[in-house]
Amino acid sequence: MSGTDKAEGIYLDNNATTMVAPEVVEEMLPYFTEQFGNPSSLHQFGDKVGRALKKARKQVQTLLGAQYDSEIIFTSCGTESDSTAILSALKAQPDRKEIITTVVEHPAVLTLCEHLEKEGYKVHYLKVDSKGRLDIQEYYKLLSDNVAIVSVMWANNESGTLFPVEEMAELARQAGVLFHTDAVQAVSKLPINLKDTCIDMLSLSGHKLHAPKGIGVLYLRRGVRFRPLLRGGHQERGRRAGTENAASIVALGKACEMAMEAMEYEKSSVKAMRDHLEQGILEKVSHCFVTGDPNNRLPNTCNIAFEYIEGEAILLLLNKMGIAASSGSACTSGSLEPSHVMRAMDIPFTAAHGSVRLSLSRYNTMDEIERVIEAVPPIVAQLRQLSPYWSGDGPVEEPEKAFAPSYA
Amino acid sequence: MWDYSEKVQEHFFSPRNAGAVDDANAVGDVGSLSCGDALRLTLKVDPDSEVILDAGFQTFGCGSAIASSSALTEIIKGMKIDDALSVSNQDIADYLDGLPPEKMHCSVMGREALQAAVANYRGEEWKDDHEEGALICKCFAIDEVMIEETVRSNGLRTVEEVTNYTKAGGGCSACHEGIEEILTRILAEKGETFDPNAVAGEIKKPKSGLTNLQRMKRIEELLDEIRPNLQRDHGDVELVEVDGRYIYVKMIGACAGCQMAATTLGGIQQHLAEGLGEFIQVLPAEELARRAAMEA
Repeated sequence: MSGTDKAEGIYLDNNATTMVAPEVVEEMLPYFTEQFGNPSSLHQFGDKVGRALKKARKQVQTLLGAQYDSEIIFTSCGTESDSTAILSALKAQPDRKEIITTVVEHPAVLTLCEHLEKEGYKVHYLKVDSKGRLDIQEYYKLLSDNVAIVSVMWANNESGTLFPVEEMAELARQAGVLFHTDAVQAVSKLPINLKDTCIDMLSLSGHKLHAPKGIGVLYLRRGVRFRPLLRGGHQERGRRAGTENAASIVALGKACEMAMEAMEYEKSSVKAMRDHLEQGILEKVSHCFVTGDPNNRLPNTCNIAFEYIEGEAILLLLNKMGIAASSGSACTSGSLEPSHVMRAMDIPFTAAHGSVRLSLSRYNTMDEIERVIEAVPPIVAQLRQLSPYWSGDGPVEEPEKAFAPSYA
Repeated sequence: MWDYSEKVQEHFFSPRNAGAVDDANAVGDVGSLSCGDALRLTLKVDPDSEVILDAGFQTFGCGSAIASSSALTEIIKGMKIDDALSVSNQDIADYLDGLPPEKMHCSVMGREALQAAVANYRGEEWKDDHEEGALICKCFAIDEVMIEETVRSNGLRTVEEVTNYTKAGGGCSACHEGIEEILTRILAEKGETFDPNAVAGEIKKPKSGLTNLQRMKRIEELLDEIRPNLQRDHGDVELVEVDGRYIYVKMIGACAGCQMAATTLGGIQQHLAEGLGEFIQVLPAEELARRAAMEA
């Protein structure tokens, strides 16, 4: 789709991916040219790269608050980290045939779990309430010697809702069960100090925090039994074979260092922009509401369900104005159903399809936010004029009865 | 982002005939479960000539649903309702210079809204006879329900057969895992298991098309076909070894030592050669031992 000039665009889709910070690009460029050596090599070409990787590992360690730098394993992406963690736990404990996760996980975990069910594993999917919160009692009852691993996301990518993973990891530890968290949305947006938690494994993804795509990390607590996904080399101490993606690892290190410095700004200024955006839209548009748990969520994420209209149509009109966002509508993904996260929270059908996620970064400005607040109401009004559920200034009386099409 | 044609974008950004027609005498409300989209089509039909004088739409749906609705109203305005009924979903998609495969159901929804509106005009009840499922084959836009129904009604057992009947899986082949899952599920209902190495029925494969295992299984099947003839004469045949174009068999029972053994072998050879579609030579198992001794 052709939009307006991208340089003038307003990017509010930072939970999908982020701009690579200019400082990060600068840091990684030499590793494509003069620093091309293989870090495993003895000679000076390799040695310098090896030292750079060591520095990057320290930078990631600092952001995660890990006790040892050897607990950081570089991978190709968040999905690889998730698969490695879950499959390792199953391989290392062949007698344990159960997994605990949640219904709102990212497909990186959910699709893998569904596949493992076909191979005979029992997967427990924790449900969420209308605000996307878990029932800790339900979780507690499921912990047993049969469970190989618990995998629960730290922050939800769609609603931004946070799960109490530190508390859940503690319960798992008491029960003698391994705990993994997919923290790709949480890392860099929340202070994390892994050495003070019972979290055994954690996944992060570089491109969510202004590093490039194609680099991820699996944090693996020292002493946790582990079986590699990729064998075939001594890299990452034999835990992830394959020649290191040196330039991207250096980039991720730099991005982690910058994230550490920007943490306060995320918590205060980015949150202030998000809150202003959300209030501005809610004030100007009727029949819309915030999904997830507004009191316990990422500082950068805002998910609003606009009733009686469909998300893809909203995105296309926003895109025409140079505003980038995303939606939980079925149509934007080509799947059958609206977002599994919206369905899990029991958001009504006519609203789930109209959910729009606006996710900010520290590169957004208050001026951009003002422009989005101006742009959204007429777009919503325009689409509602086309909607069979809408008439004039409001929904038709008893919309679900007035328009009840026969469904194929 | 979807690969929408200029025409789709144009009809989405500036839809024609949006809103309900005043004093409409035909209304069709339909929805598509696969997308959550829904459409109300209102028509004003001249009772004497049965010409559609005006058409309007209200759509709850994505960009292509709105564009398809807009296109539909443009196509049918001025048509006689009988002619309008012959408008297919492909006509709607063509009018828009095509739709992405995942979005073809938007055009189907348009055609159904028209059928529902005409039924409403004629005082009939419209029943939807078509169901949609998750899209399996993206190359040819074939959904799960379509594959399931075809597999059930034709007793299909292999991915290749599914491709021959529905086209699904005939392009990039990325959906073969999905097709195998459907086959596994449907065969399990009948108490059978899906065999990835089964050879498609009624399809002569070229020589190069068979894997070693498939070729051996095919040889076994062909031997099974002629076995009843041998058993009638109190004999039998056993496959001993397959070595390229040489197929070694052991004659059993009355066949062993029969003076007609050479003729029988010739008959087996002809049957196997025809069934495999390649030149082969059938030899007695003793020959295998002799050749091995010579090589040693």
